[in-house]
Amino acid sequence: MSILVDKNTRVICQGFTGAQGTFHSEQALAYGTQMVGGVTPGKGGQTHLDLPVFDTVAEAVQATNANASVIYVPAAFCKDSILEAAAAGIELIVCITEGIPTLDMLQVKVKCDQLGVRLIGPNCPGVITPGECKIGIMPGQIHRPGKVGIISRSGTLTYEAVKQTTDAGFGQSTCVGIGGDPIPGSNFIEILQLFKDDPQTEAIVLIGEIGGTAEEEAADYIKANIRQPVLAYIAGVTAPPGKRMGHAGAIIAGGKGTAEEKFTALEAAGVTTVRSLAEIGEGLRKLTGW
Amino acid sequence: MNLHEYQAKQLFAQYGLPVSPGIAAATVQEAIAAESELRAESDEPDLMVKAQVHAGGRGKAGGVKRVSSRAEIEQFARHWLGNRLVSYQTDARGQPVGRILLEPCTAIAEELYLGAVIDRASRRIVVMASTEGGVEIEKVAHESPEKILKTPIDPLTGPQPYQARQIAFKLGLAGPQVKQFVGIFMGLVKLFLEKDVALCEVNPLVIKTDGNLHCLDAKLVIDSNALFRHADLHEMADPSQADEREAQAAQWGLNYVALDGNIGCMVNGAGLAMGTMDMVQLHGGMPANFLDVGGGANRERVAEAFKIILSDTNVKAVLVNIFGGIVRCDMIAEGIVGAVAEVGVSVPVVVRLEGTNADQGKQVLAKSGLNIQAATSLTEAAKLVVNAAGQTPSQAQE
Repeated sequence: MSILVDKNTRVICQGFTGAQGTFHSEQALAYGTQMVGGVTPGKGGQTHLDLPVFDTVAEAVQATNANASVIYVPAAFCKDSILEAAAAGIELIVCITEGIPTLDMLQVKVKCDQLGVRLIGPNCPGVITPGECKIGIMPGQIHRPGKVGIISRSGTLTYEAVKQTTDAGFGQSTCVGIGGDPIPGSNFIEILQLFKDDPQTEAIVLIGEIGGTAEEEAADYIKANIRQPVLAYIAGVTAPPGKRMGHAGAIIAGGKGTAEEKFTALEAAGVTTVRSLAEIGEGLRKLTGW
Repeated sequence: MNLHEYQAKQLFAQYGLPVSPGIAAATVQEAIAAESELRAESDEPDLMVKAQVHAGGRGKAGGVKRVSSRAEIEQFARHWLGNRLVSYQTDARGQPVGRILLEPCTAIAEELYLGAVIDRASRRIVVMASTEGGVEIEKVAHESPEKILKTPIDPLTGPQPYQARQIAFKLGLAGPQVKQFVGIFMGLVKLFLEKDVALCEVNPLVIKTDGNLHCLDAKLVIDSNALFRHADLHEMADPSQADEREAQAAQWGLNYVALDGNIGCMVNGAGLAMGTMDMVQLHGGMPANFLDVGGGANRERVAEAFKIILSDTNVKAVLVNIFGGIVRCDMIAEGIVGAVAEVGVSVPVVVRLEGTNADQGKQVLAKSGLNIQAATSLTEAAKLVVNAAGQTPSQAQE
């Protein structure tokens, strides 16, 4: 098993014929992802990458039975694209795009919750179940099927954790990039809930960063609910307050959201932490005895 | 994106919030003309003059003054316009003062606080109010959180007057003040929603001696991601308030934040960039900056990144940390070699490449003949660069 996606996941791409949509759909197809089509308004009826193009998500769902969609459209149009996918009955929406206005996300999140649609991202690398399904921009070849579940707010930090767990021979069950925005479609807790019940996931790596209190909330949840060992790393110990560190959500504001606070909360909840991002694999070995 | 007080007050006025009729002057002549204009409109004998910078703590820095004569206004304007204001919220250089705001004085009886933020935990806009106005709200939140009243805004229904009334009565407002507060509350949230505000503060919201409510200060931060749909707000941007290197980096799509250390960092990805800074510190060094070159770390972008990093004369060594995912490491290595040669980098450069074709990338670096050390792991890279920085005399001394 795994979470969110597997070999049976039927994926469409919104923004399919654009540069990003084309490049990453090619990569996904090469990885073996079951891509079943794409959506670009006005290009319905065409074929792209040997797959059918549709004008609307509703048509794509009807014709292909797609249950997941990956979104590469520009930020200004993402609210529309996410809501279109949600209304068309897509169960899992993965939005890669960076730079979506926060107020758009406040509304989108409420609507997705109402419809029971799961949204991953935005501003994220996506979701991958190694060997089965890759939805997003992560490099597929560094992953191996295995037993570690990875959740992260940062793309390249996820790749570090993946590489180290692959090199150590543990592999990954599913890797979920929840994204670096202040209002993510899914937060740590919502993904931890899924890993909790996944028999393939024998340990969890949680990668956080400065800003907000999502890691502190996750710490409480882990303490009360998670059976698997959890290893956590937080980036941004050296980040100055009041400065946005690349990600829209990575900012220490009003003295809140520091890396130290997060480390402290996680450690208090019994989570093992590493201060060096090079020690994720080794830390996991010590923690699990593998 | 931060707005100046005078810009925020213009927006407040558009949404029916009571603000003083002010004039923002960019020259001494404009300040003098503004005095005459304001005196014609108001009976209030004294004026307030306020330096316009994107930072708090202006009062203690002498950037806010009550004046009663033209000579005082002229003196204030001559002193501040073109000068830099240093407060506890700025760096040591301070922020340049391009404009001063002139307003009639307000007779204050009491100072309250009103603000609105996006609360990440509850995923709602939350309005906050307090009887403890005029001081830092973080301090109030820390010392006496019970004095901060909060109400969340429902994304479906928007703000409702009852929410404002509940707060108004708890603040101890009475009579016409309650209705005034409802107007201010509703206008503020409408402004928040329509203008994609990220943070709004009225600190203080005052009760004047005549009993009426008045927005004495105004702070607005706009969601930069939403500027594409607000041409009017885009025009309000004041590039003079941004750090020069950060602004230069932004033009190249690079995220740069200056720090106090001496080890320059160039990394792909924001999270990894922070993680790399932390690694430098963990191994006894001090990072000079945060810099995310993004996914396409090609020669041109890497060259620009080197230029920005090396414009900081404290930098004694540079650590380049790239996780090549989709982009191949040998291509990145060629970009780094080309950029180091082009820019003429004189300090030691340590490069850690990981991911696709990492070994080929290291060979490219080794063959370059340049002062580039290829590290085999991130830990080794951090140790090498900390060591290199310790042995390099600073550029300033050369």
